[in-house]
Amino acid sequence: MRMLINVAETVVADALRGMAAAHPGLTVDVENRVIVRRDAPVAGKVALVSGGGSGHEPLHGGFVGPGMLSAACPGEVFTSPVPDQMLRAAAAVDSGAGVLFVVKNYTGDVLNFDMAAEMAEDEGIQVAKVLVNDDVAVTDSLYTAGRRGTGATLFVEKIAGAAADEGQPLERVESIARQVNESSRSFGVALSACTTPAKGSPTFDLPPGELELGIGIHGEPGRERRPMMTSGEIADFAVNAVLEDLGPSNPVLLLVNGMGATPLLELYGFNAEVHRVLAERGVAVARTLVGNYVTSLDMAGASVTLCQIDEELLRLWDAPVDTPGLRWGV
Amino acid sequence: MLDADFFRRWMAATAASVDREAERLTALDSPIGDADHGSNLQRGFTAVRATLEKDAADTPGAILVLAGRQLISTVGGASGPLYGTLLRRTGKALGDAPEVTEEQLAEALRAGVEGVMTLGGAAPGDKTMVDALVPAVDALRDGFAAARTAAEQGAEATTPLQARKGRASYLGERSIGHQDPGATSSALLIAGLAEAAEA
Repeated sequence: MRMLINVAETVVADALRGMAAAHPGLTVDVENRVIVRRDAPVAGKVALVSGGGSGHEPLHGGFVGPGMLSAACPGEVFTSPVPDQMLRAAAAVDSGAGVLFVVKNYTGDVLNFDMAAEMAEDEGIQVAKVLVNDDVAVTDSLYTAGRRGTGATLFVEKIAGAAADEGQPLERVESIARQVNESSRSFGVALSACTTPAKGSPTFDLPPGELELGIGIHGEPGRERRPMMTSGEIADFAVNAVLEDLGPSNPVLLLVNGMGATPLLELYGFNAEVHRVLAERGVAVARTLVGNYVTSLDMAGASVTLCQIDEELLRLWDAPVDTPGLRWGV
Repeated sequence: MLDADFFRRWMAATAASVDREAERLTALDSPIGDADHGSNLQRGFTAVRATLEKDAADTPGAILVLAGRQLISTVGGASGPLYGTLLRRTGKALGDAPEVTEEQLAEALRAGVEGVMTLGGAAPGDKTMVDALVPAVDALRDGFAAARTAAEQGAEATTPLQARKGRASYLGERSIGHQDPGATSSALLIAGLAEAAEA
């Protein structure tokens, strides 16, 4: 597998240097692996900190900026960052109004953010946490690590970020973030595995003519393998899986998310099919976002995320945002 | 009696075996994880080795607490907090005695394993590091070699299990038939004890 890298060991640091060079609105601490919006801390406002393994770009570093995250902590590829990074980020962005940690539900992220929250509180920083767990492909039971955090992370970071930007207090920003997560569900499919720089070969073997249903964003295989389906058939399967769990949901935000290697041409075609299924099911779509936002390195495939919204959430979604990965109204 | 040197040898032996086995750990992590367990632990134990070379920690407890903290600050993922907690809790339970008996170590290690189970929420049979550590601690009363054998057998016995914790649990029944990478690396840690005792 050919990759546009120097050596596997410096992939994350190299990308951070490149982000620093591209985005003057960000302060990038390459050595300590923290990305902070340049004007932080913003007086009187709650700060949002997220983070996770690298390999999901633009998530999370690409969502740092006014109207979204205050800081992000990138870990090694597909590996949660360490508590030291999160503590450093929290200290850099806290204005005294408190910090909300946005945590995707993976064992590593949860454990490291928990430790960081304890350390931050020891330093007098008020911390709240919201867990994102929107992936319906995983049964939420005692027999799993619980549902994974995937596409809904973008909705949570954008909408809670807008609430923080308006000057809402920590408890309110936290409850909005929780509402967005509870109102969101996702389902993903893979048309190819992905290749981590460290391993250099695909994380699983997917023969031609087959696809994986119910994948996450770490190159892990999904729940089920089937013969290749058309875009329309995949849309039927994915939307039905989401709606089965979300129930009647009007209106919704829709994220048609590419996993990294699927071209926009295909994603837009897929989006048309997703809209067809939603119309058939009587679900009104308030806003649609199509593109590669919560990716899994070079995996081909897509995920569908729906978020049931009210007027308040829609207003916060439409609010201005100015980050490398998401930008409107500015 | 086990002195500070024994504990330094234990950490060094574990770092060396993680180096040797890193590719195998990553390969085990590919079908049921995300193919990085070996490289993550290697990064952590390399840092532990470097820290212990610089730091003058001179009691068994201090050495393990230092190693645990280093793992938490370096590894990330679930393995960082879990291995870090294992060593920190074990170290704290040993207190500041300059030397400890094998019985005291066994007791402290049990406290460390309980810390791992509380933090990760895993029980025996969930296809995790616990499946190697619990039998190893039980076998410690028969010596380090017995603990090593018990840990290795515990790791091998994870193969037919369905994962109920961690990333492998997302696969449901598809996690069956693969040896757990975390249990495998835990067996390396216990084997390090036996190597430290033989040296």
